[in-house]
Amino acid sequence: MVKKIIMKSYLGLILLFMYLPIVVLIVFSFNKSKSRGNWSGFTLKWYRELFTNSQIMDSLYNTLMLALISSIVAVLIGTFAAIGIHNMKKFKKSVVMNLTYLPVLNPDIVTGVSLMIMFVFIGSLIGLKLGFLTMLLAHITFNIPYVILSVLPKLKQMNKHMYEAALDLGATSMYALRKVILPEIMPGIISGFLMAFTLSIDDFVISYFTSGSGVANLSITIYSMARTGVKPTINALSTLMFVSVLLLLILINIRSSREEKKKRQYDA
Amino acid sequence: MNRKWVSYPYLIWMIIFIVIPSFLILFYAFTARDGQGIRFTLDNFYKFCEPIYISVLLKSLGLALFSTFVCLVVGYPVAMILASKQFSKSATLSMLFIIPMWMNFLLRTYSWLTLLEKNGIINSILSFFNLPKIDILYTDAAVVLGMVYNFLPFMILPIYTVLMKIDGKLVEAAQDLGGNSMTVFRRITLPLSIPGVMSGITMVFMPAVTTFVISKLLGGGQYTLIGNFIERQFIQLSDWNFGSAISMIMMIFILISIWIMSKFDEDKGGGAALW
Amino acid sequence: MNGSQPIILLKEIRKNFGQTEVLNNINLYVLKNEFVTLLGPSGCGKTTTLRIIGGFETPDSGDVFFEGNRINNVPPYQRKVNTVFQKYALFPHMNVYDNIAFGLKIKKMDKAVIGKKVDEMLEMVNLQGFQKRSVESLSGGQQQRVAIARALVNQPEVLLLDEPLGALDLKLRKEMQLELKNIHKRTGITFVYVTHDQEEALTMSDTIVVMNKGKIQQIGTPQMIYNEPKNAFVADFIGESNIIKGKMLKDYSVEFAGHVFECLDKGFEPNEDIDVVVRPEDIKLVNVENAMISGVVKSVTFKGVHFEMLVEGQGVTWTLHNTEMAQVGTAIGMSLNPNDIHIMKRTGSV
Repeated sequence: MVKKIIMKSYLGLILLFMYLPIVVLIVFSFNKSKSRGNWSGFTLKWYRELFTNSQIMDSLYNTLMLALISSIVAVLIGTFAAIGIHNMKKFKKSVVMNLTYLPVLNPDIVTGVSLMIMFVFIGSLIGLKLGFLTMLLAHITFNIPYVILSVLPKLKQMNKHMYEAALDLGATSMYALRKVILPEIMPGIISGFLMAFTLSIDDFVISYFTSGSGVANLSITIYSMARTGVKPTINALSTLMFVSVLLLLILINIRSSREEKKKRQYDA
Repeated sequence: MNRKWVSYPYLIWMIIFIVIPSFLILFYAFTARDGQGIRFTLDNFYKFCEPIYISVLLKSLGLALFSTFVCLVVGYPVAMILASKQFSKSATLSMLFIIPMWMNFLLRTYSWLTLLEKNGIINSILSFFNLPKIDILYTDAAVVLGMVYNFLPFMILPIYTVLMKIDGKLVEAAQDLGGNSMTVFRRITLPLSIPGVMSGITMVFMPAVTTFVISKLLGGGQYTLIGNFIERQFIQLSDWNFGSAISMIMMIFILISIWIMSKFDEDKGGGAALW
Repeated sequence: MNGSQPIILLKEIRKNFGQTEVLNNINLYVLKNEFVTLLGPSGCGKTTTLRIIGGFETPDSGDVFFEGNRINNVPPYQRKVNTVFQKYALFPHMNVYDNIAFGLKIKKMDKAVIGKKVDEMLEMVNLQGFQKRSVESLSGGQQQRVAIARALVNQPEVLLLDEPLGALDLKLRKEMQLELKNIHKRTGITFVYVTHDQEEALTMSDTIVVMNKGKIQQIGTPQMIYNEPKNAFVADFIGESNIIKGKMLKDYSVEFAGHVFECLDKGFEPNEDIDVVVRPEDIKLVNVENAMISGVVKSVTFKGVHFEMLVEGQGVTWTLHNTEMAQVGTAIGMSLNPNDIHIMKRTGSV
């Protein structure tokens, strides 16, 4: 009993540490005063102002577009890449896998500056400027490996003969890919997409080095505001985003636990 | 499925966006631009050997190591509690350690300013109870706090994953053979969780040693870690050659430490197991 | 050696997992040097019973005694029993030597002594020279032997074995059955063995405990269990059998399948409804004219040593085992000896 109380209070303490800044952030999105740290009454004005603030709305739009496009492209390239890698011979496979691990293991800052150098270098040759497009290319680049790394295990788990069985039953290889392999590795593709999407939304370092002046995602906007003081409008936006992700998660949890229950009833 | 060409778009992409940029870093690191044009040189590396730069490097490594150590000491018990019989059924509880990561990390870190300021929330509470104020903002302590705060989940989750995978029968077998809970932990649980610990250490140490955001926000404008250094060379000073040289040194450092860590980690893809 | 005092005694043990009742009033004793097998289908509570003896579960009510002392609250590491786990549970980060030496090292035994004991154990399980091998490189059978050695080296008073041969193929299983039996004889350690394989139980045990749905159905020697099953469940679970509804007319006289038979049982109420068990190999083939029962052969299957025939007659489908076969569709006669007819109290559904 005592042991359980100690365990619980330790967890509670760590969770307090994790959530304290978030609670502060959410509370101050309802603060009348602009300055951080001074509570001077409840207001919703930051939430109203949010939708008329073009700087914040623009960077929100950029963030979402970047995340959406980059993760879709990454899923397309990454899924096919995983299928190809899965079928490679041992040596070639290990070379390609090391290449895949590189952007995952490389510090963000090194990936960021190396892409920046290249974009500027090549940009000067073909007239490409740092901006939304370069950010998008960078996001796709760091997203693909995560898609590959979540699809590959599913391919490995798959019964080797399933594809052959489909061919044996008269399927063309395209048909077998669509009807047999893709459904089988779908969970991996979906988790790869979600991971890519989250990483892209949350990215600061690589975006920071590959974006030009005038184009910013939310992280960059927040960073540039940090010098003069982050406005409560940003807190309001983050609160909204955080709460919507939380709601989504709770919804999924409730649904899956219901399905679980149903399943158990069938089994019994 | 013998068509390997399905991976060619990816290979071409990686060559353009990973291989070429890496070579460009190499190229810039070993060259200098002067009046006559571009020439090969080792000056960028000689320059890095000057005491001020070395001291920045050492400071970055020291703070990152210390933060990693704190994360390990604080995080291992958390992972153990989460994986213990009493709690393992509540998957929600382990989710609680992932949810904070969905709030923009810059904002979360920035929020510590509000908490740590001279007249901030923590000090208000402390003075309410007539306790001495703490004044750690813009010091090493604040930077370490920021690192631990940001990277603690990266330590907890891999250890938790590995601990959950340990077969309960092994623990029972050790008890059966006469091991009390201390012995079971020392001889079975701890050694079997080493892969998780190693990937946890890698996942905390790597971002900690290269961060420039946490140090800038919580350490103040003049606070310099190796990450801030690289940023300054590229964004403010435009000394890409020196910046590339430091990046290269950083990269080598990281790759060596990953290689060392992977020696301990027989479970391949331990890092990916987090997801 | 004192045979009268049980080494393990379970008294009125009950255990629930949430809503499900796993053990319902288990009473059982195990004598020193005995080879006791807990036998039953999966989910019958046999493994839970073993885990209560090992100390991995505590009963909700009832008591566990070890050599006369109540040990309900003694943790596993202080009990003088050791377990061979299902799927072995070998420590993957240790080699064969370290796995076997684990218990001895905890007892802070002298290094040289440990080395000697481990060598002896490896010899006993036929794995000489395997000390330095990693356990993951071993085959299933070899891992099994290491698991046995790891438990035995501690010289437990009782060895608990939880479906130890479940993961092995048939041939290896037979070999290991003999080896285990040998080890039991040589060491004189009390064995409590859990299996769902009735043949295994019959071959190895001194005493079999048949369990179903958390209750003990019958305790007895293999011969007793096989020849005198106490109820339809035991009869059906141990070997193949024909179970027929019947009526006990008076002592030594039973009516079933439209015929009155002589039998060896007594002590039932006059005209009590009972179940009759007849083993397939006990039914003799005779001429139709002087047969007690006659029927028509519906199918014949070759089973290696014998033929299995399904015969319909007197409203019953009979299973017969015989070395001779009858053609499908022919009429045959069947005959039973009084000592092949086993009478059981009616327990409701099988």
